[in-house]
Amino acid sequence: MVLDLPGGKVVLTPEMRFISESPEERAQCYRVLDNDGQLIMCSNFKKVGEEIAVKMYTDMVTLQTMDAVFYEAQRQGRISFYATTIGEEAINIASAAALTTDDLVFPQYREPGVLLWRGFTLQEFANQCFGNKADYGKGRQMPIHYGSNKLNYFTVSATIATQLPHAVGAAYSLKMDRRNACVITYFGDGGSSEGDFHAALNFAAVMEVPAIFFCRNNGWAISTPTSDQFRSDGVVVRGRGYGVRSIRVDGNDALAIYSAVHAAREMAISEHRPILIEAITYRVGHHSTSDDSTKYRPVDEIEWWRSARDPVARFRKWIESNGWWCSEAESELRNNVREQLLHAIQVAEKIEKPPLAELFMDVYDVPPSNLCEQEKLLGETVRRNPQYYPPDVSL
Amino acid sequence: MATVLHGVGAATALSASKSIDSRKFQLPSRRSLSERKGSFLVVRSDGRMVQGSRALRAEKLITNAVATKADTSAASTASKPGHELLLFEALREGLEEEMDRDPHVCVMGEDVGHYGGSYKVTRGLADKYGDLRVLDTPIAENSFTGMGIGAAMTGLRPIVEGMNMGFLLLAFNQISNNCGMLHYTSGGQFKIPIVIRGPGGVGRQLGAEHSQRLESYFQSIPGIQMVACSTPYNAKGLMKAAIRSENPVILFEHVLLYNLKERIPDEEYICSLEEAEMVRPGEHVTILTYSRMRYHVMQAAKTLVNKGYDPEVIDIRSLKPFDLYTIGNSVKKTHRVLIVEECMRTGGIGASLTNAINENFHDYLDAPVICLSSQDVPTPYAGTLEEWTVVQPAQIVTAVEKLCQ
Repeated sequence: MVLDLPGGKVVLTPEMRFISESPEERAQCYRVLDNDGQLIMCSNFKKVGEEIAVKMYTDMVTLQTMDAVFYEAQRQGRISFYATTIGEEAINIASAAALTTDDLVFPQYREPGVLLWRGFTLQEFANQCFGNKADYGKGRQMPIHYGSNKLNYFTVSATIATQLPHAVGAAYSLKMDRRNACVITYFGDGGSSEGDFHAALNFAAVMEVPAIFFCRNNGWAISTPTSDQFRSDGVVVRGRGYGVRSIRVDGNDALAIYSAVHAAREMAISEHRPILIEAITYRVGHHSTSDDSTKYRPVDEIEWWRSARDPVARFRKWIESNGWWCSEAESELRNNVREQLLHAIQVAEKIEKPPLAELFMDVYDVPPSNLCEQEKLLGETVRRNPQYYPPDVSL
Repeated sequence: MATVLHGVGAATALSASKSIDSRKFQLPSRRSLSERKGSFLVVRSDGRMVQGSRALRAEKLITNAVATKADTSAASTASKPGHELLLFEALREGLEEEMDRDPHVCVMGEDVGHYGGSYKVTRGLADKYGDLRVLDTPIAENSFTGMGIGAAMTGLRPIVEGMNMGFLLLAFNQISNNCGMLHYTSGGQFKIPIVIRGPGGVGRQLGAEHSQRLESYFQSIPGIQMVACSTPYNAKGLMKAAIRSENPVILFEHVLLYNLKERIPDEEYICSLEEAEMVRPGEHVTILTYSRMRYHVMQAAKTLVNKGYDPEVIDIRSLKPFDLYTIGNSVKKTHRVLIVEECMRTGGIGASLTNAINENFHDYLDAPVICLSSQDVPTPYAGTLEEWTVVQPAQIVTAVEKLCQ
């Protein structure tokens, strides 16, 4: 017996059966490399050549080193804030590697690796963290809130999950222009609780837009573990709830992420559909420099994920086994990058901060009369009492 | 933004500076799509028009603040007779002209597509432009506003319709934290030329949740502009200007004004986003108002004229920023100010305007500024109660009499 409803035909049943709140089995997790960086037998994946693989690896190392150096810099008081991506290097770099620069990126805030892959320099990262005159954001955002229109990386906005509807809008724009490109947007397990997540997935499905929703399920939303965040089997199962095709991948396996994003991109563009990817990983670092995660989780758990499950080491083992990398190259790379970073920080520290006039620019396309007036007033105040204002900030 | 500062320049009389130059009129805008595709004019927030990158030839547009009046003869002799329409049709006409002119303009909102919009502002547009450009969205205001922001950052010029302004409270996060901010925090790398519009204000027994005056809540957000339309003429003009602006603009319409009828020009025109409209010049008192209250004020004005008063009525139109130039000139002339608004007493547009006038024109005032607003209560459903939360003409007359003692 079939019931004809506005949404389609539905099969009727005399049995009263509730759909269980959790599936019999948890959704399986796609993985290509085992914990020792060896290819799993009969793994189905998108092959990566030497050049790309080595760039992926060097970028992962650069990201890891950048995190270490900038974190130290914050601890030394040289920058005010920082958030590391430790443990999620594979997610950052491998997902970026599977896309083209035409694909638009709407990050949350733990994805600087995507920018790194696309060519953002260490100096540019440092400039943003120091908020100096050379920062593309003109010193208006906190550190790590990077943005680059030429690399199609939309400026990080601190609010959680607000970038998800933006991504849908941008994908709608790409669809209207019939461009051969998609949108990728990142968020965490915590971000998947926000209203914007649900609506964005729903919208993307209804509007059939080429958007990849990449969830970094790293187990923690500051101090909230996933068991307190949701009761579903992670985030991947929600895709079906909205009519969105989804997959769960091992977030510390660079090759798995690369293959999944590559396939997702093709489906998104050719079939005009959104794809949800949930990458299971672990946030090794603290939420940010304002957090001490040893307060809410055991230190040995953190250390285990840091060493035994390090995605960078795992990928290194694979490229080494292909003869594409060796320990000399390793130490050379790490020393090189560290030196470059220290130099970048020194340079960034010395560059002037933006002048006071920049406080009032870009609020609108052209400053209105009230802002011009306020700028004048501020200038007068500073000129009259220079002893209260930092001497190295010009007007 | 408006480069005119109060007190600057030869203070030309209001009518002269806004006189209509008949030579600026152009041929009717109903040209073929192919002819129009190339031209692209952008309205900067200071009212200047600059050519966009795809401009083929410059268009001459009228940027009048004032609707054509019978006594400005230059206008009526040179222009065609014009056509009559209702306010919601004027909004649609403006929207349609902009969608014809620039293929990046698109509309999104609930029931805007096939249903034609709850107030029929988008009726027929989905049939003409397809349902991708006139997009029906699921019910999630924060998300479709966010979607509009994302689309705007990527090069489209979306118009987001809130079915009722009150629903946009759900979109506050996107409007405040992203719409107003991303141009600034990205260092100017990403711009957001979005228009957010919808009906608000107290209607006829729509209940508290559907009678919100959101201009109070939004006025503090840096980075956005707010305008309120009140006549078919300025509705169309402001709609077009808002679409062409590179800044995010919130266009406030009023539920009870959609069926106002007026004769508007056939020629293409836009209204400046930052200018106030002189509704009735006068000498004794300046009455500042906007949206529906304009009509209550004009009704009170009739009574006042009979009693021998000569009120100057200005429809401020631009709620953020205020047109302090026009307002200032008026204050300097009359020395008495009455503000009539629909917002609540606390934290409304009237509160900000009172402050702005006191700060800037204190020396010119002969009496304290009086501000008539709604009470700080949710709008009741009962008709008689609802009527008394909104400022009535009788109160306006009394206030003017008090001011002019």
